[in-house]
Amino acid sequence: MAVRVQEEPFNAGDELNTFSKTSTDVGAVVSFTGLVRDVAGGLQTMEIEHYPAMTERAIIEIVEDAKARWSLKDVLVIHRYGRLEAGDTIMMVATSSKHRADAFAAADFLMDYLKSRAPFWKKETTGNGASWVDGKDEDEDALNRW
Amino acid sequence: MVDVLYFASVRERIGLPKEQVETSAATVAELVDELRAKEERYELAFSDISALKVALDQELATFDAPLTGVREVAFFPPMTGG
Repeated sequence: MAVRVQEEPFNAGDELNTFSKTSTDVGAVVSFTGLVRDVAGGLQTMEIEHYPAMTERAIIEIVEDAKARWSLKDVLVIHRYGRLEAGDTIMMVATSSKHRADAFAAADFLMDYLKSRAPFWKKETTGNGASWVDGKDEDEDALNRW
Repeated sequence: MVDVLYFASVRERIGLPKEQVETSAATVAELVDELRAKEERYELAFSDISALKVALDQELATFDAPLTGVREVAFFPPMTGG
């Protein structure tokens, strides 16, 4: 398992290639990459704040939970903070397992939990000013699926 | 004495990221009441705690949780990761 919380950009393709080559006992790799989406008014920057003392620990707990629920070979989570622009890669999740069902379900679960249980906050600045992105009820509801 | 941390919109409303607070509050809710009584900016930041989250020593908790032995309390809006 690897969890990285970083300001620097990363190459999701390179990360996925490296992740996919770590074991020959793996039959399935699933990955998700989150990008900064442009918004009405034109996104100038997205600032991601986090809680440094808690972030990595919270993500590791979520990953441990996933590993207890599904049969996983490995998990990778990378999440950036700081100043980003439209089109930038914010984060990625990759899971590997013997068979695809575990890798798919675990990646879906990890994304639901990272959305509303990892201590990150996004602030968007557009031509109309700056505002914090609100946590959505549907993101909270998504946790009830598991 | 506890370290109190504020993030995102809570940090902006209160105007600082962190402070040390001398408190005898037994629970998070009591600490919030003490903070709200301090100044209007706190009253504003904590006007609707149902819209806020709290972590005690970097673990998510609830507002009725006891503060016994807690060294760090953090207040923030719902998280928006991913």
